[in-house]
Amino acid sequence: MEWVFQGDKPIYLQIMEQIKAQMAAGVLKPGDKLPAVREWAVEAGVNPNTMQKALSELEREGLLYSVRTSGRFVSDNPRQTEALQDVLLQQYMQQFTENMIKVGCSPKQAAEAYARYVQSVFTEDE
Amino acid sequence: MDILVDCKHVKKSYGKKEVLKDFDLQLGRGRIIGLLGPNGSGKTTLIKILSGILSRNDGEITIAGLPVGIESKKIVSYLPERTYFSPSMRVRQTLQFFADFYEDFNMDKAQDMLSRLNIQPSSKIKELSKGTREKVQLVLVMSREAQLYLLDEPIGGVDPAARDYILKTILTGYNENASILISTHLISDVEKVLDEVVFIKDGRVVLQEAADAIREQNGKSVDALFREVFAC
Repeated sequence: MEWVFQGDKPIYLQIMEQIKAQMAAGVLKPGDKLPAVREWAVEAGVNPNTMQKALSELEREGLLYSVRTSGRFVSDNPRQTEALQDVLLQQYMQQFTENMIKVGCSPKQAAEAYARYVQSVFTEDE
Repeated sequence: MDILVDCKHVKKSYGKKEVLKDFDLQLGRGRIIGLLGPNGSGKTTLIKILSGILSRNDGEITIAGLPVGIESKKIVSYLPERTYFSPSMRVRQTLQFFADFYEDFNMDKAQDMLSRLNIQPSSKIKELSKGTREKVQLVLVMSREAQLYLLDEPIGGVDPAARDYILKTILTGYNENASILISTHLISDVEKVLDEVVFIKDGRVVLQEAADAIREQNGKSVDALFREVFAC
């Protein structure tokens, strides 16, 4: 998978977010086996300890589980994908709203602008 | 914390110029640590003292409990700022050179890393670009099964694409029992592989902190914090 990191946020949180996004998008599916920590850290270009921390946190949140000797897997929770989508949706909407406020839009103007944008982008395709 | 490097009250002067002043530093195992500071802050001096090629004027240093000397050199792998192989040597000969010098040199690992970097063992050092020479040197240093790796500006001479590759080489070479101390100016390129950073200024440690803790507490990258702390 593609990894992109910003410098101003803890890397372990960014790893967690990106893995959650992969789960929400169905790229990582329940029951999938994850690569070894070290292998994944090298691929992402991050410190193995940081990767370990992110995966442990995801395990604590119940999104991943470990089986001794056989590795780490994506949890098999039917509600999980929807819940993750909700969380990410909230996050993206919050970012969008904050940015719109920064450029001086009211929430109403932002909503209207977004509706117009969606229309302009998607009407032609359908 | 299982302490790997312990410096207490270390002092070093060049003539009248004090470079390290009552320098204290403890480093644990299994970490990749950034040694960051402006020019002339004492980074290279510290690394040379830890590697045993410069002597200190005062203070105590142990590495894995050993005083700096012949025994510590067996477990410390040092990458100097400049490469030191004779231009007429072939890459293959530099490997043999390291194998002769260091008991912990892993020839298979070195050959594997070189082939992944597309470096021919038959090439002469003088035929290689500056960046490739640096890569060869880094491969040699990371192919030792050492406990402490001291890397002085490991990515200074190479292009941004090669930097990522070198950082991955460093990550691949790392093991939980060893620590890697990297001195660099190219903080934004390196910071995501670091778990800890040490800022030094005028021969003293001004900050030692987990990299993610810096981002969490300041909402800033390590690079941005560095620019703030060391603004001229």
